[in-house]
Amino acid sequence: MSPDLHPSQLWQQVTTATHRPPVGWRLALTRFQRIIRLGLKSIWIHRLRSLLTVLGIVFGVCSVIAMLAIGEGASYEAQEQIKSLGSQNIILRSVKPPEDEKASANRNMVLDYGLNYPDIRRIQMTIPGVTVVVPGRIIREYIWNITRNVDAEVVGTVPWYPQMRNHRVARGRFMNEMEMDDMASVCVLGQEIAARLFPWQSPLGKSVRVGSTYYRVIGVMEARGRQSKPGDSSSGAQATAVDQMFIPLTTAKMRFGETIFKQRSGSREAEKVALHEVTVKVAEREQVVPVSRAIQELLERNHKKKDFTMTVPLEMLKQSERTKQIFNIVLGSIAAISLLVGGIGIMNIMLASVTERTREIGIRRALGAKRRDITVQFLVETVMLSATGGIIGVVLGISIPFFVTLFAGMVTIVTLWSPLIAFTISAAIGVVFGLYPALRAANMDPVEALRHE
Amino acid sequence: MTNPEPIVRLEDLHKTYWTGAVSVEALRGINLDIRPGEYVSIMGPSGCGKSTLLNLLGCLDRPTTGRYLLGGQDVSQLDDDLLSEIRGTRLGFVFQSYNLVQQLTVLENIEVPLYYQGWPEDRSRAVAEKLASRVGLDSRFHHRPNELSGGQQQRVAIARALVNDPLVILADEPTGNLDSVSGADILAVFDDLNQAGKTLIMVTHDEEIAHRATRIVRFRDGQIEKDVTLREPPYQAPADRAAATA
Ligand SMILES: Nc1ncnc2c1ncn2[C@@H]1O[C@H](COP(=O)(O)OP(=O)(O)O)[C@@H](O)[C@H]1O
Ligand SMILES: [Mg+2]
Repeated sequence: MSPDLHPSQLWQQVTTATHRPPVGWRLALTRFQRIIRLGLKSIWIHRLRSLLTVLGIVFGVCSVIAMLAIGEGASYEAQEQIKSLGSQNIILRSVKPPEDEKASANRNMVLDYGLNYPDIRRIQMTIPGVTVVVPGRIIREYIWNITRNVDAEVVGTVPWYPQMRNHRVARGRFMNEMEMDDMASVCVLGQEIAARLFPWQSPLGKSVRVGSTYYRVIGVMEARGRQSKPGDSSSGAQATAVDQMFIPLTTAKMRFGETIFKQRSGSREAEKVALHEVTVKVAEREQVVPVSRAIQELLERNHKKKDFTMTVPLEMLKQSERTKQIFNIVLGSIAAISLLVGGIGIMNIMLASVTERTREIGIRRALGAKRRDITVQFLVETVMLSATGGIIGVVLGISIPFFVTLFAGMVTIVTLWSPLIAFTISAAIGVVFGLYPALRAANMDPVEALRHE
Repeated sequence: MTNPEPIVRLEDLHKTYWTGAVSVEALRGINLDIRPGEYVSIMGPSGCGKSTLLNLLGCLDRPTTGRYLLGGQDVSQLDDDLLSEIRGTRLGFVFQSYNLVQQLTVLENIEVPLYYQGWPEDRSRAVAEKLASRVGLDSRFHHRPNELSGGQQQRVAIARALVNDPLVILADEPTGNLDSVSGADILAVFDDLNQAGKTLIMVTHDEEIAHRATRIVRFRDGQIEKDVTLREPPYQAPADRAAATA
């Protein structure tokens, strides 16, 4: 103690320091920073408990983001496949009518069914707005390259097939008008067939054999994702699972005739099908559905037996969007429930924490804390707790789709908004479920709180 | 000599607790003036209303009827926010059980009152460091309460009670939980504070401790039984000294 100082000054010089508290928003800002640090501290002190507390939020957020990403990916894939069929297209296919299935047991009968050339003419003549029609004959055959073979569909079609069906040529080119007129023996292979028949070399310029005829390979199509066409179950899974080889329609007609004989596992079948597949392109997108109705009616008038199916990709697209909407609603409800449960878990712990820290609340109140200060302290702590849970959930929720894509090869799409919304909601849960414990803390009587053991 | 304005004035103060149908009159008509620089011991048997009085003096509670003037300002019926402000700016507390915040360090505990007054952190840190040194905790700045002895914890509490330069320091049996050595230590700090002109009000059971004060107020059944001034306060405000020498 310096002797020239009066004892009172010794104590007072300490506290009479020029004290001018900051004002307005700066005060609010510095206070907020310190409240956040205080919150982090008390979360860190009870880190295991904090982690267990927010586990509900973590799982809720994580599962929602992951499921959304997987659902989004699946629906994207489905929609891409539908789009690849062409949203302005109506696809008609011949199918063996159910009543003839039994009849096929009779070996000597030739089954005559399906779409034919008069059908095309009628469609073009009576329905306006139909721009292009792509006929197709599909024959199931083995395709050979010397000793290698694949079971595939040989599709007789027209040169404008690729544009119509959004199916592009990867290498070489598609057939042209001249080859069509000449009934040339040329072919364009599907990706899968090309890979299987010519594993070591380029198939372009080589020949493949179908039956007794050789076809020169002029192009290879792009891969079509997985070769399943959604919603097309009526034409049979076996027909859709295989790759295709394209030849000119005229060539197909000449080589295979109208009647196809199949000899499989002892039984012999004969079928007469003029056209296996017809793609109708409608000029206006809005016209697709009405035109499809009109075609349906027109064909039913001339086909007593149910020997064709109609696929409208646009309707499938709408259907898939509806499905996705339902999926999202279901997911949203699951998310809401799990976040609610998580929120209640947080509230429960915060109530316990408030009770446990009654003494601290009393001390702070005695030392000048207003009710508002206590409310803010506990509220910020709860929000930080739930937001931390939200962040952990978002990180996990983003990494799960990544691993799903890596290991299961599924397409997953994490949209930007899903983590943002999930995080915002989890922070909001902190406010909603933290408010009651915080108010309870703030409304404690300071004297009682100080006496609390 | 002239009596300076009392720093604490109680006028016919009553406090009644209602527990269901039963009411307890903890304080019945207290009149008390305490001048700046006084060191007052409050004594009395258990249940006579000492803690109740200290809670009222500390603005932790409001009287049922009567007036309480603190530094000339009537604080008896202020709302909760204003009472909090009074506690934070004009009062210092020393409790029997220290009442430090467990997860805060020594310095952080001392800073708590300034924090609620919106002091910038560097400023309050500097003040807290000076006070911590003054009470002999130089090497303990960043320790937590559970790493300190009882005497050390109570010294932290004293530093915290001083940090906002209060009008009055209120102590409820400050040595009640301490052994005699650290108790004497704390009482020495109190003497020192009173020498420096601080106004102290202390509840105690111990006659010997009570006699270190300048004045003893004895309670019985919620009323003042006896009020004895032992000696003049050691230090008066400069203005009063000037008046005394004139
Ligand atoms: N919160 C309360 N509710 C009801 N009665 C109380 C309360 N606090 C104190 N009392 C009663 O008031 C009287 C005085 O209590 P108190 O001030 O704690 O006495 P002391 O501190 O002198 O032992 C006692 O009879 C006690 O039971
Ligand atoms: Mg008591």
